[in-house]
Amino acid sequence: MWRVALSALLSHWRRHPLQLATLLLGLALATALWSGVQAINAEARASYARAAQVLDQDRLDSLVPARGLTHIGQDVFVTLRRAGWQVTPVLEGQWSRAGNSVLVYGLDPFTAPAGSLPDAMQGEGRIADFIAPPGLAYAAPQTVEALQGVAGLPPLVATRGMAPGMLFTDIGIAQTLLRAEGRISRLLILPDQPLTRPALTDIAPALERRAPLQQADTAQLTGSFHLNLTAFGFLSFAVGLFIVHSAIGLAFEQRRAMFRTLRALGVPLRVLVGLLAAEVMLLALAAGLVGVALGYAIAAALLPDVAATLRGLYGASVSGSLALRPAWWLGGLAMALAGAGVAGGQSLWRLWSLPLLAPAQPTAWARASARALRWQGAAAGALAVIAVLAGVYGSGIVGGFLLLGALLISAALALPGLLALMLGGAARLARGPLAQWFWADTRQQLPGLSLALMALLLALSANIGVGTMVSSFRLTFTAWLDQRLPSELYVTARDMAEAQRLHAWLEPRSDALLPIWKVEGTVLGGPAEVYGVADHRTYPDNWPLIVGRDDVWQTLARGQGAIVNEQLWRRAGLSLGDAIPLPGGAARPLVGVYADYGNPKGQVIIGVDDLTGLYPDVDRRRYAIRTDPAQVPGLKTALVDEFGLPADNMIDQGRVKEISLMVFERTFLVTGALNVLTMGVAGFAMFTSLLTLSTMRLPQLAPVWALGLTRARLARLELGRALLLAALTMIVAVPVGLLLAWVLLAVVNVAAFGWKLPMHVFPTDWLWLGVLALAAAGLAAAWPAWRLARLSPTALLKVFADER
Amino acid sequence: MNARLLILLGALLPLPALAQGFAGLGQTTNGYALPERGTALHFPDDHGAHPDFRIEWWYLTANLTGPDGTPYGIQWTLFRNALAPGDPGTGWSTAQAWMGHAALTDETGHRSAMRLARGGTGQAGVTAAPFTAWIDEWRMAGQAAQGDDPLSALSLSAQGADFAYDLDLSADGPLVLHGDAGFSVKAETGQASYYYSQPFYRVSGTLTLPGGAVPVTGQAWLDREWSSQPLAEGQDGWDWFSLHFEDGAKLMAFRLRGRDAGSAFRSGTWIAADGSATPLSPDALDMEPLAETRVAGRAIPTQWRLALPARGVDITVQALRDDAWMDTLVPYWEGPVRVTGSHPGTGYLEMTGYE
Repeated sequence: MWRVALSALLSHWRRHPLQLATLLLGLALATALWSGVQAINAEARASYARAAQVLDQDRLDSLVPARGLTHIGQDVFVTLRRAGWQVTPVLEGQWSRAGNSVLVYGLDPFTAPAGSLPDAMQGEGRIADFIAPPGLAYAAPQTVEALQGVAGLPPLVATRGMAPGMLFTDIGIAQTLLRAEGRISRLLILPDQPLTRPALTDIAPALERRAPLQQADTAQLTGSFHLNLTAFGFLSFAVGLFIVHSAIGLAFEQRRAMFRTLRALGVPLRVLVGLLAAEVMLLALAAGLVGVALGYAIAAALLPDVAATLRGLYGASVSGSLALRPAWWLGGLAMALAGAGVAGGQSLWRLWSLPLLAPAQPTAWARASARALRWQGAAAGALAVIAVLAGVYGSGIVGGFLLLGALLISAALALPGLLALMLGGAARLARGPLAQWFWADTRQQLPGLSLALMALLLALSANIGVGTMVSSFRLTFTAWLDQRLPSELYVTARDMAEAQRLHAWLEPRSDALLPIWKVEGTVLGGPAEVYGVADHRTYPDNWPLIVGRDDVWQTLARGQGAIVNEQLWRRAGLSLGDAIPLPGGAARPLVGVYADYGNPKGQVIIGVDDLTGLYPDVDRRRYAIRTDPAQVPGLKTALVDEFGLPADNMIDQGRVKEISLMVFERTFLVTGALNVLTMGVAGFAMFTSLLTLSTMRLPQLAPVWALGLTRARLARLELGRALLLAALTMIVAVPVGLLLAWVLLAVVNVAAFGWKLPMHVFPTDWLWLGVLALAAAGLAAAWPAWRLARLSPTALLKVFADER
Repeated sequence: MNARLLILLGALLPLPALAQGFAGLGQTTNGYALPERGTALHFPDDHGAHPDFRIEWWYLTANLTGPDGTPYGIQWTLFRNALAPGDPGTGWSTAQAWMGHAALTDETGHRSAMRLARGGTGQAGVTAAPFTAWIDEWRMAGQAAQGDDPLSALSLSAQGADFAYDLDLSADGPLVLHGDAGFSVKAETGQASYYYSQPFYRVSGTLTLPGGAVPVTGQAWLDREWSSQPLAEGQDGWDWFSLHFEDGAKLMAFRLRGRDAGSAFRSGTWIAADGSATPLSPDALDMEPLAETRVAGRAIPTQWRLALPARGVDITVQALRDDAWMDTLVPYWEGPVRVTGSHPGTGYLEMTGYE
């Protein structure tokens, strides 16, 4: 009995292979996008964790410079060791040359915690090569590959299991690479300490003890970015589920007659439902496997860009290659099963409550009654209220995404009602029987197409919203860059003595020499940089202030105030006049706020004299040079000739802008790719729905054909109908997309990055998107229409002969 | 004493497989200086480091007694290992590695600690005059009066997580040169080292143990040795004795074990109470394990019979603690011993290369 029932049920798929393919593909696509995003996130988190575990830093306390110092002298390390403190030195810094940048991590293998060094370092004879110039640098294989051929680095050794984007070298080699002779970033306190040690305050008062890095700074900084990706993945998954829902619904509807027959033959309802549930789960499992494989491919394709984004935006290094993690692919399968369960649940429930011998009428989709539409409208309204509440009372990125989700789903639910209203209005204006039939028939089909149209709406509004955000951001960002980078050339001396010589030499040869000196530390609980600015008209002329009076710059020059970047201002909820505590204990009142797009860290600016007063050992090797742009090439040549300054120590304005824009473009490359994929899924949903409808609509079309309308004409009308519906959906999508953009710019961006952006609208982009949507709808409708045009008249005649 | 060839640092970090003798000491010597017979030792210069040679150590052991007669033993060792021949370089890139071992043994247990450092930063090193050998806070510092040998009086300190000691040493006898005026042969094939000792220290000071501070007195023995390839290929390890007899005489004796049993190379020095030293020929000494103990998964001979018939010596040497295992980068056994038989006394035993 079981076997017979099963083979009867499965025979349906044999006879409808396209439907089977639709179902599998829909679910696989949904799973793929979701699990692809998850794979990217998992890889990034694993990279952060690996970086945090370097030298057991996630377990060990450390000693860091206190009171405004930027580093520890290496003599302090020796003093501590000779007093009995078991500490190991670490020097960390970014090494950049010719567009390549890598985090150099200098350590002392002699005092590093046992077992914390890469296994590869334990090779025979390696220690001598490691410490003697040029040294050795251990790095993840992909990092070694990325740095192939870059001059100025020690020989690279590819080592599995290391965090990407980092080079491990001996501390002496690192000091040379980073031009930090005699300097240490911090000391790690080893777990085993001897019986007696003097108090730290007696031997090294300029150090501060700090608890282990529980979580890498990068993990905190990038949290919102990953939430962003997750939201996108979820959106894609939801869109994909529309396909699955329609495919499963169709398969159930078409088998109603078979269900009745099976029940009549004595198959218990329980068994029937059980078999169907098992069938759905089996299909979900198969599709899930394909989806996970596809997801892996998507993630592998996108990961390099994501990694580049994270590096550019947050300075976080993420492996560019993907590891297959069980938690991830099991999660993908679970999502596929859950999705299929959600999509098939409604159909199973309907079957469960079906009267035994219910007439096996094909209902061509649950015909949405006025009542169903009202329900949907009410749900849409409720969600809209939730969205408003989330907008008003919500906070942070979770609030932002709640707002987004409620907004999108509310709009999607309201769509069929809106379309019905529009079509009803059009029907009233229609003249002639054919036009009236067209509008009425379109409206009658709405329930069958509404899911696909909702998917299309989601994809379109996401596209408009995200597109508007990215374009607004780009516009603001480039304008801001132009203002923010007024200096023509930036130079970095190799040491202090050279910096002084450079200063003396450049002074008479430039319009102005502006110091770019900074210290790094913690301000108001987060990582921050403190810069000093010279009293020069460059700043009042070019530096865009969000808040602040005209005399801000004079106040800074007098050492009587500080300005902070927007990120810090928003994060800490500051107002003008608040005291800004600086690293080392001093404080300055807040006198202004400036925009600082693309910077994950907080930033404070004070007067340059104030800076050198507070931090006497600040690194003073960097200058910005104001001069006639035409002089720049000559100046660079002269600097090379006079000082032998390496080309990497000079960077001109154009190059800085180029790099900044590159980082920006990369940031949104992934967003763009996900957008395109979502559109693709929506188009596919449309196609499957139309295909489904076309097979069920014969009873409705046959009478019209019989009344004299040719098949070709009918097909053209079908095509026109699809285009019309897509166009109407597009019209609804524009305001929804703009709302979405506003939420992204004003709520999500502020929470994720800390800056708010003005919104710019780009109607031409919508036009293109509209064309794209129409093309997708046209393509989706083309095949069913073509089939209709070629349909054998006997098929249409048969409608009248059938018992129905 | 060749024995001490031990450890070494050669091996320091990257512990290579021990294919080339214990701790890599059987490696070839390309580029390093080699000991030559007939070279006279010069003091105080030779108390300091010899960076041209691959390995070197300052190796001090002491047999001590508490106020209630409880026996204690301490070890203080600083090893130097050149990571590459030639100019050692400066600062962090200095190719000289240093390793310190310290241990305190009593009848209740054996406690040890290890330190690593590189030369060039000031974290570890040795200066000849005034004499100081240090790594981290561990120090062996000369306290001798002007004109005396800098090693004739020392202060010595070291500590680990569960022990510490702080001792004053003064020698009541001369330096002793082993082998041929300090040229000590280690194998039939001619491998050798420079090797001298100061075995005549009187010690007083304080041990710090979990139970509190313990005042102690006793005697100590310092070994100085440097070489570039002290083991011959095929030599796996050694058993080395430094013994203080109650009558004032002292005995240094070792055997280097070959890979095939029976091919051990034996040597030693008989030191009379007045400090006069007599090298012992390989066949003058009888050394025979009497009992083994399972330590750290290996069978270690912790009871020995030693005989030197020419001097009427026939003694049994018994470890104070069988588990005096140094669980360091290159692990080995090193601990205080009791001597009974014809010449009762105390001393230290070191055993390496047992697998």
